[in-house]
Amino acid sequence: MNKPVPESETRAAQRLGFVDCDIHPVQRSPKDLYPYLEPRWREHSETFGGHLCQGLSGQLSFPRMMASGMRADAYPSNGGPPGCDLELMQRQHLDLNGCDTGMMVCLSRGGMEERNLEFGAALAHAVNDWQIHDWVKKDRRLKAGIVVPQEYPEFAVREIDARAEESEAFRQVIISPRSSEPLGRRKYWPIYEAIARNNLVLGLHPAGNPGGHPSSGTGWGTYYMQEHYTFGTSISGNVVSLITEGVFERFPNLKVALIESGFSWAPSLGWRMDKQWAHMRKETPHLKRPPSEYLRQHFWFCTQPMEEPEEPAHLYDVLDWIGWDRMMFSSDYPHWDFDDPRQALSFAMTEAQRAGILRDNARALYRLA
Amino acid sequence: MKLPFAGAIDCDLHPAVPDVAALMPYLDDFWREHLTERYIDHSPFVLASYAQNLPQSARADWRPKQGVPGADLAALRRDALDAFGTRFAIANVLHGAVALYNADMAAALCRAVNSWIAHAWLDREPRLRASILVPTQDIELAVAEIERCAPDPRFVQVLLLVMGDRPLGHRSFWPIYRAAEKHRLPIGIHAGSTFRHAPTGSGWPSYHLEDSVLQAAAFEDTLVSFLAEGVLQKFPGTKLVLMESGFAWLPTLLWRTNRSWRGVRTEVPWIDRAPAEIVRDHVRFTLQPLDVPNGDVLNRIIDHVRSDELILFSTDYPHWQFDGEDALPEGLSEAMLRKILIDNPLATYPRLRAAADADQPVPMREEMAR
Repeated sequence: MNKPVPESETRAAQRLGFVDCDIHPVQRSPKDLYPYLEPRWREHSETFGGHLCQGLSGQLSFPRMMASGMRADAYPSNGGPPGCDLELMQRQHLDLNGCDTGMMVCLSRGGMEERNLEFGAALAHAVNDWQIHDWVKKDRRLKAGIVVPQEYPEFAVREIDARAEESEAFRQVIISPRSSEPLGRRKYWPIYEAIARNNLVLGLHPAGNPGGHPSSGTGWGTYYMQEHYTFGTSISGNVVSLITEGVFERFPNLKVALIESGFSWAPSLGWRMDKQWAHMRKETPHLKRPPSEYLRQHFWFCTQPMEEPEEPAHLYDVLDWIGWDRMMFSSDYPHWDFDDPRQALSFAMTEAQRAGILRDNARALYRLA
Repeated sequence: MKLPFAGAIDCDLHPAVPDVAALMPYLDDFWREHLTERYIDHSPFVLASYAQNLPQSARADWRPKQGVPGADLAALRRDALDAFGTRFAIANVLHGAVALYNADMAAALCRAVNSWIAHAWLDREPRLRASILVPTQDIELAVAEIERCAPDPRFVQVLLLVMGDRPLGHRSFWPIYRAAEKHRLPIGIHAGSTFRHAPTGSGWPSYHLEDSVLQAAAFEDTLVSFLAEGVLQKFPGTKLVLMESGFAWLPTLLWRTNRSWRGVRTEVPWIDRAPAEIVRDHVRFTLQPLDVPNGDVLNRIIDHVRSDELILFSTDYPHWQFDGEDALPEGLSEAMLRKILIDNPLATYPRLRAAADADQPVPMREEMAR
């Protein structure tokens, strides 16, 4: 009678049926990619390894806090890092929480920050193969993001076209916001043209590895607390660039998903852009509308890490300003600041608003069934 | 809307050094000769963030027919002090000295700028106060300049640029904060960059518009730096005044740092209470440029940050942030306006409070000469 009901049973009884816009699968070891790498790049990987823009090899220069930034319970019992084991991901998250669709965002070994462009291209190509063969084919709930090195647009365009043709599991294109130039600059436009041509979405997620510039215009911080904060400001800088350069005038169908980037900064960014633009619009005659309108029309935001105002009701103002149709649930599984789909949306909202955030907005953006 | 009553305290306006010649009386023989010999005695020493032609650098009706915007005391009196019924105004001279790499040259020019503002402006206009421009290229020289100027009570804060060599909370800057705390001088951090780094984590944007917008992100990262480094625990008397920072981003910062602090507190154990509380106790923001579309939204933001004590009135003269005399947004309550225009500035600046209590212009101190 006093036997506790296992959490898996209570949870299954109230299946949420949500879209998770941020799930991180990872290789158990670099060897997972070997079946998809040519011998020349396997050898390169073993002899030289990655070549990045930072001072430490094999670890992040701002070490993460808990368990290397992972949920401690997400480490598989048979070894390897959290996110490398599909069965555990199913048991711990997809099945347990009732996830309908999981958007995979592959952050490591995707070649986005690799200085050797051809090696970066080989890694990206391998990770894209690996997503299909090791994940999507084993669990149809999972959707993939085409990883491409943004510093090598010529390859990126070929890869995007080929992957879009190959599988409808690819729903977006992932590049690093820690690029060598702000992402609105002309250099990257061929990538946006390919994304728009293939009806895909541009997905931006904060990157652990820098791309050659300090994380902030003020220079390098000291603590991970500071580096963590720049996950928002480094994305918003790229939002300013994409809008100001006129990317959305040139590619009016381009849609951008901002993943794990925060969202409550968006309204004030729009107001500030509009205010400055009103005084300086002659500098950007290619912009036909106030900057905030591009922000409202072309950008989607993910919930995790959920903003936590001191008074929860204040979040309602923010979502009103952003637009309820632009918010999408994300969990960030298996990272340490995972948001539980049942608890993250605990503030008051209508059922339609909740359904929009949990599934409908993502379904519309990513054209999910 | 216009100011509803006289007696406001304008916490950010910008007299400008007209040219190097104006500074020559305040430079010693070595630097006079040195600048002349190198032919930089006619160089502008203007920060790129405020290049003179930029529309936001001077409102059209405040832009002089010739010469540097903000360089004429009579115009500033007429357009900024008389026009708004200002009781006190804080002059922040954004001189290019702070962007030089040569610390000795920077220190000589900062000294000259501070002496020049004291003699050429403060001596002539009792409503004016000034910030102390310091050469952060060399912290010892910066502290020496604070010590040199602090005896003159008309210097009411220390002036730093938001984007320099490294985030301003870093320990290397702490001697500045120690000296400022000792003299009860707030640390005024103003928009602008020395461009030691690209303005974004992904490099150099194309447009001036972006540089202006991105100042807000630099203020956010700077404030997080002060929190993470524990400056406000180490120097609990410190007040930070963020100038031309905008304000509407503050709720995000409070919410995010409150949440991340719970996860990272073992890394920064000196943070002894919620970051939002620390910010409310120590950090203030000047009004212009207003980064909200109207007063209704500003009221929501003030509600979100849960304090009506954070905003200080500013015109940002001669920079272009508003037209006519409408320096205030519509829709703020009379009580809120009184706080922004008078009470909050007086609570922030001990030296203004003292002058207000004495209710008379503060006399010049002799130690400041040269």
